[in-house]
Amino acid sequence: MAGFAQQVVEGMGAGAIYAGLALALVLIHRFTGIVNFAQGELAMFSTYVAWQFMDAGLPFWAALAITLTVSFTGGMLIERVVIRPVEGAPELTMVIVTVGLFIFVNAAAGWIWSFLIKDFPNPFPDGALRAGGVAVGYPTLGILAVVGLVMGLLYLLFRHTGIGLGMRAVAADPDSARLVGIRVGRTLALGWGLAATVGAVSGVLVAPLLFLEPNMMGGVLIYAFAAATLGGFDSPAGAVVGGLVVGVAETLAGAYVDVVGSDLKIGVPLVIILVVLLLRPQGLFGRATVERA
Amino acid sequence: MSETANTANTASTANEAAAEPAEVQAPGRDASGEPGSWGARLRDAAVERWRPIALAALLLAACYAPFQLVPFRVFQLTMVLVYAVALLGLNLLVGHAGQISLGHGAFFAVGAYAAALMLDRWDVPYLLTLPVAAAVAFVLGLGLGVPAVRLHGLYLALVTLSIAVFLVPLLKRFESVTGGSMGLTLTKPAPPAWTGLAEDQWLYFLALAVAVAAFLLARNLLRSRVGRALHAVRDNEAAAEVMGVRLPFYKTLAFAWSAMFAGAAGCVYTWVIGFVSPDSFPVTLSITLLAGIVVGGLGSLSGPLLGGLFVMFVPSWSQDINKAAPGVIFGLLIIAVMYVAPTGLAGLAGRAAGRIRRTLRRE
Amino acid sequence: MGASTIRRTAAVAAVLLAATACGGRGDDGGGTAASGACKGQQTTGITDKSIKLGGIYPLSGPASAYGDIPKGIKAYFDYVNAEQNGIGGRKVEFLVRDDGYQPPKAVEEARRLVEQEQVFALFQTLGTPSTAATWDYTNQRKVPQVFVATGASLWGTDTRHPWTIGWQPNYVSEARVYARYLKTDRPAAKVAVLYQNDDFGKDLLGGFKKAIAGSGVKVVAEQSYEVSDPSIDPQMRNLAGSKADVFLNVTTPKFGSQALAADARNTDWNPLHIVNNVAASRTVLQPVGFKNVQGVVSATYYKDPTDPQWNDDAEMRLYRAKMKQYAPGADPNIPYHAFGWAVASSFHKAMQAAKCPTREGLRDSVRNLNNVQVDMLLPGVTLQTGPDDGFPIESMQLMRFKGERWELFGNVIDTRKEFGPLTD
Repeated sequence: MAGFAQQVVEGMGAGAIYAGLALALVLIHRFTGIVNFAQGELAMFSTYVAWQFMDAGLPFWAALAITLTVSFTGGMLIERVVIRPVEGAPELTMVIVTVGLFIFVNAAAGWIWSFLIKDFPNPFPDGALRAGGVAVGYPTLGILAVVGLVMGLLYLLFRHTGIGLGMRAVAADPDSARLVGIRVGRTLALGWGLAATVGAVSGVLVAPLLFLEPNMMGGVLIYAFAAATLGGFDSPAGAVVGGLVVGVAETLAGAYVDVVGSDLKIGVPLVIILVVLLLRPQGLFGRATVERA
Repeated sequence: MSETANTANTASTANEAAAEPAEVQAPGRDASGEPGSWGARLRDAAVERWRPIALAALLLAACYAPFQLVPFRVFQLTMVLVYAVALLGLNLLVGHAGQISLGHGAFFAVGAYAAALMLDRWDVPYLLTLPVAAAVAFVLGLGLGVPAVRLHGLYLALVTLSIAVFLVPLLKRFESVTGGSMGLTLTKPAPPAWTGLAEDQWLYFLALAVAVAAFLLARNLLRSRVGRALHAVRDNEAAAEVMGVRLPFYKTLAFAWSAMFAGAAGCVYTWVIGFVSPDSFPVTLSITLLAGIVVGGLGSLSGPLLGGLFVMFVPSWSQDINKAAPGVIFGLLIIAVMYVAPTGLAGLAGRAAGRIRRTLRRE
Repeated sequence: MGASTIRRTAAVAAVLLAATACGGRGDDGGGTAASGACKGQQTTGITDKSIKLGGIYPLSGPASAYGDIPKGIKAYFDYVNAEQNGIGGRKVEFLVRDDGYQPPKAVEEARRLVEQEQVFALFQTLGTPSTAATWDYTNQRKVPQVFVATGASLWGTDTRHPWTIGWQPNYVSEARVYARYLKTDRPAAKVAVLYQNDDFGKDLLGGFKKAIAGSGVKVVAEQSYEVSDPSIDPQMRNLAGSKADVFLNVTTPKFGSQALAADARNTDWNPLHIVNNVAASRTVLQPVGFKNVQGVVSATYYKDPTDPQWNDDAEMRLYRAKMKQYAPGADPNIPYHAFGWAVASSFHKAMQAAKCPTREGLRDSVRNLNNVQVDMLLPGVTLQTGPDDGFPIESMQLMRFKGERWELFGNVIDTRKEFGPLTD
């Protein structure tokens, strides 16, 4: 039994990683109505920025603060330069552009920092909390705590600020939003900036565990997509719960279902995405589209 | 309604200068003004005579090339044709039906493995592997097309992407069938003695024949009822449904046709390379294919060919700049194309040719 | 337009095909042949003054860390060209192409090098998939494909591809070294294995299981991972549950670091950690933190530039000096550079020993290496091949990580002697 509980805990550890990136995906979807395939790569790039500052001798927290600022600005900049020209284009165009961004950012990171892995300091202490034969690593607890915190902040942002309202209007129907006086361009840029910031947080959280290299987030992305899909792509809480469910399901399937095994557990997010989209496209936590605009 | 689609249509008119068979006229396009004008009518008349000549010239060059080039160049051109066939399928789906697939490498792989297994296990004559591989991919596409119908835009992209990711470990799992990660090595089709051709030339002509057949098939498909329905779906899904287009049927069919072309390309790939392994079909292949069709030109018939050239040659050239340069250039070009020329190279070529002809006419 | 165009096009195509089909291009090869004692043998890419080689490596993409190998090779050849008048008076030209670790790309580049660049031989293709995709071609064209940078045992056991040969110890030999170590040092060891789910991981695991068969050493748990997995932590958790007392880490660099870190984090499970040679480079251990990898065991066959015991070694001093001179941007401490240096000097020796300066001469020479000493290899490790032995290096020495570097221990283990020849 302790073995099983330990597996669940491991799964939650993995799930917290997926949830971090899923939050960024949800955020940008709420703001702009698109799914950003480059979100993971942007997070990876931000993490390199943090690494670069630390390599130059800055302490962790200072480097983190600068990185979050840089990411926010960078996200807004990308919206202005890359996304604005195709604003209002069909989904197909947006998907292709973000895929292009994905390829570009990945290769650019390889160009700048090479493909050799780099270590990244862990802000959380080593060791583990033990209870009833189950050990939970402090890094895992730390990630869960930060992910929970970000989730809470996003909830407040969405529910209790004017930005949240404007953002929902923009995502639902940009033209109508513009008519009622919402500054659509600024809202979209803000969405990209915030998503990049949240992505940077998730990148910095996972880098100590996965080690920093240009393909660090590539493997996480599919799981984060599954998490966001399960949660409904609209709800921060959904992203976190989705991430944890995906993580636990994947770990348990890998450990206990022989047909799956550790080699085919990448099939778990695929199945989750398919089943959710076919049976309940709005996800566990999604609502019907907000009719606000 | 859909901006890309409309621009694609407008440019595909200009495109006809690029020696392409005519595109199906989607309803509502004439509203853009230009095509109905006097100049355009004159141009269309010129195009009528122009096209078969240019096509014949292209085909002449294609048949002549393998006798002039070193085998290595012939091989490169063969691969261009293989990619072009795969891109033709992707173009049906993305360019004409307006659906997106980030997992077309998976269908390519299915075709390649189907052919490889037939050659390896049962010594099937290689020409027979083509229809079977295409059929297998078609059926698989049909199967996946059913859920695809219910998914729109980004969700379909998500699902197809995860299928491409899942395929590699799946191929490794069934080692007894697929040869596992060591892959399967196969004998390449030998040229019949009467042709007097070298192996690379024979493979080239096989690929050329498949490519020409595929282009004709795709063209006829697009000119048929199916093509008109697909364009209607792409341009305005709701309107198309109101007009009586059976959405699920045509969307599923588009997916299946598209998979079939990718499968046929995969089969020719097996003939040409003589080796398949799971690592030959990573996710990057799917993404490269998407990049190829976007840069080549969505929604035009010359797009796949130009995309094939792009996929084949740009990485070779750019690797001289920096080892990461191919990715940087691919990424930048995809974005730039969506931004300034949604019809890709095909559209640009068409526009350039149109301008030249107009200039000539004026003088 | 329409059906008539198609008919016209088809007619044109048919005529063209008929016209051109008769003009077959015969065997163009463009190669040259030798005269005299080596009469009739191929001399493409080699003259009295020059020799042209081509290598294919993943310079881009996820496996591009290996792209450092050709830098060491280039430095060696530049040095030999400038200071020793090349190999026997022949200046070496070494062309490097990128395949991004993709088999179809490797085929394209192999053909470019052979047909367009007219190289004398392919000197290294990296990775099992890329090598497997190209070896039919090179053997058909009778182009030597020597010292391929992959440890798959296939290159040595296969008899239908005489033009292709490996260099580094194959994965089975490496597994035998670990097996022998455990059989003598820990005869009742319970082993947990993490392996990459591909030819490399399976070759090594399979070789290990065969080598421990009939002994007290048992594999009690095995877990695989995919290169697309974000993390191997779940696998490590499952392995830890087995309570094995030895952990065999069969991974590529990134996952090697992850596994070492996961082992270090888990204070409940403290097995003897054996990391395979592929992931034993300092670039893997450093990110984990040297304090976390103390006592880890691995095996090697060439000199580690960071090991101070070679500080006064003549070859190592030469290597450092020439790397500085001919590859100023490259860090000589990166072991991939030393690997490149070692394999290039092995080629130097093999080429010198060739009876004929021809492709056939090289093919026969690399298959008839008799205790050839290469100074960058560990003392006691030599190149040895023969009619029944297609594996140049089959000896390794164990090493243990201590302080900030690897320390060799025990004797060089010759797996040929210990286990007999490798045949399948």
